[in-house]
Amino acid sequence: MYKTIDETDIAYFKSFIPGERVRTGGEISPDYSRDELGGVEKYPDALIFVKSADEVSRIMRYANEHRIPVVARGSGTGLVGAAVPVLGGIMLCTSQMNAILELDEENLTLTLQPGVMLMEISAYAESRGFFYPPDPGEKSATIGGNISTNAGGMRAVKYGVTRDYVRGLEVVLPCGEIVELGGKVVKNSSGYGIKDLVVGSEGTLAIITKATLKLLPLPGETSSLLIPFPDIESAIGSVAGIMKAKVIPTAVEFLENEVILDSEKFLGKKFPDKSSGAYLLLTYDGNSKQELEAAYGMAADVVFAAGALDMLIVDTDERKEMVWSARGAFLEAIKSSTTEMDECDVVVPKNKVAAFVLYTYELKREFSIRIKSFGHAGDGNLHIYVLRDGLDGETWRNTLNAVFHRLYQKAAEFGGKVSGEHGIGYAKLPYLAQSEHTAVIELMKGIKRVFDPNNILNPGKVV
Amino acid sequence: MEIICCIKQVPGTNKVEADAETGVLLRSTAEAKLNPYDLYALEAAFKLRESIGGTVKVITMGPPQAEAAVREAFAMRADSGVILSDKAFAGADVLATARTLADGIKKSGSFDIIICGKQTTDGDTAQVGPELAEFLDIPHIANVRIILGIEPSNTGHIRVEADMGDYIETFDVLLPCLITVDKGAYVPRLPSYRLMLASASREIPVLTAADLPGESEMYGLKGSPTRVKRIYPPDAKNARFNIGGSSESVANSLLNELRNLKFI
Repeated sequence: MYKTIDETDIAYFKSFIPGERVRTGGEISPDYSRDELGGVEKYPDALIFVKSADEVSRIMRYANEHRIPVVARGSGTGLVGAAVPVLGGIMLCTSQMNAILELDEENLTLTLQPGVMLMEISAYAESRGFFYPPDPGEKSATIGGNISTNAGGMRAVKYGVTRDYVRGLEVVLPCGEIVELGGKVVKNSSGYGIKDLVVGSEGTLAIITKATLKLLPLPGETSSLLIPFPDIESAIGSVAGIMKAKVIPTAVEFLENEVILDSEKFLGKKFPDKSSGAYLLLTYDGNSKQELEAAYGMAADVVFAAGALDMLIVDTDERKEMVWSARGAFLEAIKSSTTEMDECDVVVPKNKVAAFVLYTYELKREFSIRIKSFGHAGDGNLHIYVLRDGLDGETWRNTLNAVFHRLYQKAAEFGGKVSGEHGIGYAKLPYLAQSEHTAVIELMKGIKRVFDPNNILNPGKVV
Repeated sequence: MEIICCIKQVPGTNKVEADAETGVLLRSTAEAKLNPYDLYALEAAFKLRESIGGTVKVITMGPPQAEAAVREAFAMRADSGVILSDKAFAGADVLATARTLADGIKKSGSFDIIICGKQTTDGDTAQVGPELAEFLDIPHIANVRIILGIEPSNTGHIRVEADMGDYIETFDVLLPCLITVDKGAYVPRLPSYRLMLASASREIPVLTAADLPGESEMYGLKGSPTRVKRIYPPDAKNARFNIGGSSESVANSLLNELRNLKFI
């Protein structure tokens, strides 16, 4: 049983944190009772805006001693309810720990606090000629949240995911100890990789209070290609060939015509081409125009052989804005086209993407429900949205469960995983349990027990 | 219908340098791209050709690398192109540019309509289009947001809607004429790789000062009455301020601020 927070606890927190940073009851905005998932809501009993690892440490020590649940939160842009305090307790909001602490140009690292937003990292790094490759769509997300979900994004196909760019972490353990994991070192074979366990642990193992990220030199040129195909099958079918060619694109997205139309309606802006059934959107980067043009040439050979109708060049700022603003609005556009929706963030081996998308068409017909998808065809991570439209509550829940069950079943059959980049959080808990071997789930639970024997950190999530 | 579209290469970014003496932009220091307003002009031309048939010819004045602008227009489905290129054309102001274009257009055949972008993103004067029409002695309408078509029928007019700032005005303009196009209803198409390959060997005639009727002093810097005192890239402004307090007071402060800035 957890302790319910009372006035003594609040008085204790206020003894070392100024009152305006400790909120309770009606002082807590509804935003802190949910994330972007929707459907699951619960207010924390106390919301504390922390500003230092020491503050986090004192709170954790106290919470551990008194067995009070603690949930860390950044911008609250998660999609699986991971930052919703389903058992109440303390919410530690790290959004005010938002300083960029050090750019180390010799070691190519950037050290920052967890509340720095993704858009701030790219602006800071790129204006200085550096590049932080992970590129999840939600730019107002914090780096703390990105690390906690091991966020991916569109450039994963060439550059990998957040975990590949976390060199070091300072974390506060549930017992209140502040420890450093990893560092600025490039290589590290010193015992178990604890840092990599914390990355993607969705706030269940430790609270991140500082991160050291790996940077790359900023590529000089970036350009995209919008490639129309007669249908989704030929579009996604060409991806394997593109990846086999010797130049790896930084992003390979697939778009269906109807999602483009949704986005036009949502943004009130026209897309430059919608004459075809499906599109691939490829991005290449390099150090010169010539390098990019050579990449276009290689892509052209492959996509034309696979049935592409043309290859449209998205090279200037205006053209990029026209195409990518539509791509960036897909999620909101689909959301605005229906009453409610849920998302399956499944990941399958790259060569199964086409088969998986076609399977969603089968489900659409079988369950007479709208299912829309777009996603990262190059890394196998799909975003599949099941739309409620006019269904009544019970039919919606039953249909959704049945469709999700079938999607995850198919993903498992293809050797896929439950989540590519959003995490497990609260919403996907049962699916993780079903999809992994019992021994693996037990290992995860064991790890959780070692870190957090009193189960106070984000209880009810992941495992 | 014979449609001519005037296009121009402009710097790809705002990081450009200018000649300290003459104030002329050093184009080689910046990556070039097609003037964004010309993309609307091209789209308007293509849509007009789609609706009533005809050809789209692009014309550009610039250094030899301006060929890239014409090739890009080919990749968007322009039928033919002409380049006006000569050292004598360099450093032209709006007057000399308009005169050179007018002479080049007269030299390169007949036309029914000339479509220009409203302005370029480097010079930003929006004067070349109307001045070109004056040199050619044809009617012109600026800030066209859409071409409605050839109407009323058989009177040799074209009907366009122009954005007059506070209102939209519909004009019937006698052909041949010139219009300058703003963003309006046009979504520029993307250049096609297929068309780029297909048109790679298409010849582009180059007209030099020797091909044009005027004396070379009438073109370029010599033919330009404008004297630029100083030219420099604008400072990037990134004004920001924070508003604190309760939700209600933040909302009120924001409202007041937006009113002060005359945004609402």
